[in-house]
Amino acid sequence: MADLTMVEAINLALRQEMENDDRVLVLGEDVGVDGGVFRVTDGLIDEFGEERSIDTPVAEAGIVGMSIGMAIYGLRPVCEMQFSGFSYFAFHQVEGHAARMRWRSRGRYGIPMVIRMPYGGGVHALEHHSESREVIYAHTPGLKMVIPSGPRSARALLVSAIRDPDPVIFFESKLMYRSLREEVPDDEETLPIGESRVVREGSDLTMISYGAMLHRTLEAAEKLSEDDGVEPEVVDLLTISPLDDRKFTDSVRKTGRVVVVHEAPRSFGPAGEIMARINERSFYYLEAPVERVTGFDVHVPYFAREQAYLPDVDRIVYGARKALNA
Amino acid sequence: MPRKKFEPGHDVEHLSILDEKGKLDSRLEPEIDDELLLKMHRTMLFSRRFDEALLKWQRQGRIGTFAPVSGQEAAQVGSAAVLEEEDWMVPAFREFAAAVWRGTPPVGLLLYTAGYNEGGAIPEEQHDLPIAIPVASQLVHAVGIAYGIKYREREQVVLTYFGDGATSEGDFHEAMNMAAVFSTPIVFVCQNNQWAISVPREKQARSRTLAQRALAYGMPGIQVDGNDLLAVYVATQEAVERARAGKGPTLIECVTYRLSVHTTADDPGKYRSEKEVKKWEKRDPIPRFQNYLGNKNLLSKDEIEKLEKEIKEEIQGVWHETEKQMERLGDPMDMFEYVFHEMPPYLEEQRDAYAEFLKERKENHDG
Ligand SMILES: Cc1ncc(C[n+]2csc(CCOP(=O)(O)OP(=O)(O)O)c2C)c(N)n1
Ligand SMILES: [Mg+2]
Repeated sequence: MADLTMVEAINLALRQEMENDDRVLVLGEDVGVDGGVFRVTDGLIDEFGEERSIDTPVAEAGIVGMSIGMAIYGLRPVCEMQFSGFSYFAFHQVEGHAARMRWRSRGRYGIPMVIRMPYGGGVHALEHHSESREVIYAHTPGLKMVIPSGPRSARALLVSAIRDPDPVIFFESKLMYRSLREEVPDDEETLPIGESRVVREGSDLTMISYGAMLHRTLEAAEKLSEDDGVEPEVVDLLTISPLDDRKFTDSVRKTGRVVVVHEAPRSFGPAGEIMARINERSFYYLEAPVERVTGFDVHVPYFAREQAYLPDVDRIVYGARKALNA
Repeated sequence: MPRKKFEPGHDVEHLSILDEKGKLDSRLEPEIDDELLLKMHRTMLFSRRFDEALLKWQRQGRIGTFAPVSGQEAAQVGSAAVLEEEDWMVPAFREFAAAVWRGTPPVGLLLYTAGYNEGGAIPEEQHDLPIAIPVASQLVHAVGIAYGIKYREREQVVLTYFGDGATSEGDFHEAMNMAAVFSTPIVFVCQNNQWAISVPREKQARSRTLAQRALAYGMPGIQVDGNDLLAVYVATQEAVERARAGKGPTLIECVTYRLSVHTTADDPGKYRSEKEVKKWEKRDPIPRFQNYLGNKNLLSKDEIEKLEKEIKEEIQGVWHETEKQMERLGDPMDMFEYVFHEMPPYLEEQRDAYAEFLKERKENHDG
């Protein structure tokens, strides 16, 4: 067990998978000598050489497209988009090929690759460096879309993602990269992709979130417990797609009240799909309309106003009280 | 004849007029008004000092991340100075010196780096695009503007900036190709500053020069000493003339160097040596040009000192003015503005609900 940041935990996952399996390699802009602009791939080039820790030209379509080719040839590329805001440069490769090759080739060519990318706001970054656009990927058939909520889940999910036979989009919260530490076991640990988990038990309200917003949601849950005397149950999705609706269905059927929290824009966001599933599976258990606390349908403002865009504990509590008091 | 050499149709040249030791090739020396020479010098010096001030403020936590221009002043000012006011300038994200030349208020640049969207506003009379962070993406817009100019049969040209790293993106190749296919009035100014974050120029592309890429698209390419303001000016002037005469695009590769960090989030100690930086410091475009102006009896040591003082005060003024503006700005409701020409009802609803939330929160805090 070591007390690791998310940067260190992801680095550990990469290192161990590269040690275990010579098909695994990393590629992307500045991932080699520089160790990645966030140092996530730090030291991999020293241990595995530049053939397996590849500094590419500035070419996202090339990075993803080459990774698809590598995967077809039997390698297990883990490529990095320096920021999720630049992944659109590769979107035709992702949607047009990574997501479809298994289907198009009638099962002959699966694409076991991972595309890692930092996402989300809160770090005073420049434009295009703060977005949370997981739905673009979650909405694309053939892709898996994973968002860990801390160092330990990041490590365990990344190992699973690397071993997964299908392409996995792996979002890493910049805000969490160094802001919290967690015990991470030295020995191998995996978490199944497509499974959520209950991280706080309660019976009065179901709070559903993931990624960086999970922590604000948990804080809000504590506040509600202290100030309002209610006990919320909190579900950490971990995987956005394929969405695991069993855990939150169980919870909603117990509590009858729900708030969904994400920093992605509101319209057509993950909460929309979650609310639809609740409608399909738990409608008659509901005591109140489902609330959502989300980013607004605007571009993330430059950092002087960034916090106003992001859901904060007060806004989550406010939304939760609406669900509780309706 | 089954095999023969191909004539690519255009040349790739290298141009240097005022070399790093200050030696002038007087046969190539352009005729530039004294006034213009001095203005270019002042803008370069201002940009350098402004850059240093920004870096200091960033380290003090007063502003956010930005991409320093230090070392690239000649490549930017020497090219932007050729443009007429009606021409268009399409920047990437490191073109603060070019922006200052074009008339962007430094207060705006500072507001931008301090995290205020207001800083991105382009003055009405200026034909420039805002900063484009996604590498190479702006180049295709520049081609579109150039197409519009041609379509409207105007005299204008477009000049667009990008880095060595940008030449690896698909958008660069698409822009170069389309610019040539449609024979548009555009000048591509590549600031080859030797690094794309941690990746050196040699690892970005195998071709000997970036300028030679022009040939594949059917346009002339020229590599210039990008720290030699005169060479940059001459090459740009020729390219702009070509464009204005309806002869199509040109690629200019300015060989220069990023003397500072990539952005303030970067640590160059990880990937490049002090020795290399020292080598390039000796090629600094500003002292070289000062020396040239000195030899022409246009600028004395005393005058430089006076100018330095003046610029220092100006930059302090920029800070104070920006600080004043920041006190006034920052209303979070601004984030709902400019998403659309007209705010759709659902967005109005979100805005109003957020305002209601803020009001209630304030009342709870106060009460
Ligand atoms: C499409 C895209 N990918 C990645 C980035 C991150 N990034 C910012 S600058 C940069 C390197 C650019 O190098 P170059 O074109 O040489 O410009 P320079 O920074 O040297 O001025 C990278 C990879 C980005 N902004 N946009
Ligand atoms: Mg560069």
